[in-house]
Amino acid sequence: MIEIKNLCKVFGDKRAVDDVSFRVEEGEIMGFLGPNGAGKSTTLNILTGYLSATSGTCLVDGMDILEQPLEAKRNIGFLPEMPPLYTDMTVKEYLNFIYDLKGCTFPREQHLREICDVVKIGDVFGRLIGNLSKGYRQRVGIAQALIGNPRVLIFDEPTVGLDPKQIIDIRNLIRMLGKEHTIILSTHILPEVQAVCDRIVVINKGKLVANEKTEDLVTAVDGSRKMVAKIVGPQEDVLKALRTVAGIRTVEVLGKRDTDSISYLIESEERVDARKPLFYMLSTKGWPLVGLEGVELSLEDIFIRLVGESRRKSRKGGEG
Amino acid sequence: MFAIYKRELRSYFITPIGYIFCGVFLLVSGLLFYQCTLARQSMDSLNMYFLLLICVFAILIPLLTMKLLAEDRRSKTEQLLMTAPVSLTGMILGKYFAALTIYGCTFLVNAFNFVLLYRYGNPNTAAIFANILGVFLLGAAFVAIGLFLSSLTQNQLIAAVSSIGVIVAMLLLYLIGDAIPYAWLRSVLQWFSVLDRYIPFMNQSLSIPAVVYYLSLSAVFVFLTVRVYDKRRWS
Ligand SMILES: Nc1ncnc2c1ncn2[C@@H]1O[C@H](COP(=O)(O)OP(=O)(O)OP(=O)(O)O)[C@@H](O)[C@H]1O
Ligand SMILES: [Mg+2]
Repeated sequence: MIEIKNLCKVFGDKRAVDDVSFRVEEGEIMGFLGPNGAGKSTTLNILTGYLSATSGTCLVDGMDILEQPLEAKRNIGFLPEMPPLYTDMTVKEYLNFIYDLKGCTFPREQHLREICDVVKIGDVFGRLIGNLSKGYRQRVGIAQALIGNPRVLIFDEPTVGLDPKQIIDIRNLIRMLGKEHTIILSTHILPEVQAVCDRIVVINKGKLVANEKTEDLVTAVDGSRKMVAKIVGPQEDVLKALRTVAGIRTVEVLGKRDTDSISYLIESEERVDARKPLFYMLSTKGWPLVGLEGVELSLEDIFIRLVGESRRKSRKGGEG
Repeated sequence: MFAIYKRELRSYFITPIGYIFCGVFLLVSGLLFYQCTLARQSMDSLNMYFLLLICVFAILIPLLTMKLLAEDRRSKTEQLLMTAPVSLTGMILGKYFAALTIYGCTFLVNAFNFVLLYRYGNPNTAAIFANILGVFLLGAAFVAIGLFLSSLTQNQLIAAVSSIGVIVAMLLLYLIGDAIPYAWLRSVLQWFSVLDRYIPFMNQSLSIPAVVYYLSLSAVFVFLTVRVYDKRRWS
């Protein structure tokens, strides 16, 4: 459905996107992951025809965005990083404007009503966009992308600046939209893509780092687990005992985080579950374990691993 | 294109700028009209009136055009317009015609002043029509210039001030044109001297070259605006 080939974009002397290629199949929800300044927004802006690539091509449903821009753009609904809203219009006027702008042919009233129901903005329909809260503006931005029922939806960081409940709402919305649309979702939050995406493309500093099914990527980077254990007991003894547990690689004291227990950061060996031996050891010693939780990998960890892994692979490839 | 035109036109009347333009223009032109034609009745004063009107436009039209593209660029809504299934030319023409409509309608309302002349005397209809056409075409070129300068910045104030500067400079070329030292420079700059082309209209004649000149001046600046946008995508 979407095909990006050898895309490069140079701003002055800065390579914002450097030889990126990937495909998104029909009906897929693709997560587009990368830290700040990785080139996500630039790639999406090129894909939607806002910027032109320095080299490389973007095809949407087989049509080149540069050669057949109008046909290609008709297939795309785009929510840019900053929702492109006219603050001096009401939601109703704005959506009607978009409807005209995209030259839709659906029955107007019904189409707009359906979209308002889906993104839940019916109650602010008559309000001025300039007076809406951030969350509602984001929804109006999503509504705008949905008008005309395009087959491809592209969302650039749709959950930035929302409260946790709204983030969940928007994720559910995207998951629901994914049943009938092909979606690209850009973000720098790993759990977000883990929660909704079928496949994840990771870029860093303009270069493609990974392009894998969500499960594969998560196990690839999740092989060695970090967890925080809260244990009640004398610190030195607990520390010494922890280091002897099979499967635990390193232990670090985080200090007292609540009234009686002490927190330890434990890293286990790759692909080993150290939680059970840990529990048996503590119970024989009589030190209560009052909390145990996994530490979510930060994006930095993922990059270190992915980049490290691809180097290792290429080194092996070089020998073979 | 039509959607952009409609939205732009509406936006003139939800922000005060549309009312300010119409109000100030009708007020000033009414005063000028009274001074130039009703108080003194002669051919010269009619031409004087239209020349003064051009000067008023030199200042007011930039206020009308300053926000056309600068505002969209600042608020990132241009991203919406440029990723919608509308061509760049369509988007820019939509905006151009919106400003042109406001300007044209106000000017038309103002032209009703001349009905008064017919009540009190027997004015020269040919002169009036030639002048009205000339001023309208000249104003249309000013709109295109303002549009072009609005595409170069995201600050409306800069767009307005630079448009006024460019338009006034083009008007002044009429006065200082002969004083330009180099022949080649003189001939280049004289192409931009809009008042030189206005003289036939003052002599009540409809000069086709002048009409073509004004129309092409508008077309050139609209085209340049499209180029600015096209170029920016590549940079
Ligand atoms: N118009 C521009 N001119 C010059 N450099 C630019 C321009 N736009 C982006 N860049 C640079 O290109 C790089 C990639 O930017 P981009 O906005 O694509 O990152 P991003 O992945 O979207 O980051 P974020 O997570 O912060 O949104 C950055 O280093 C940025 O400074
Ligand atoms: Mg971004």
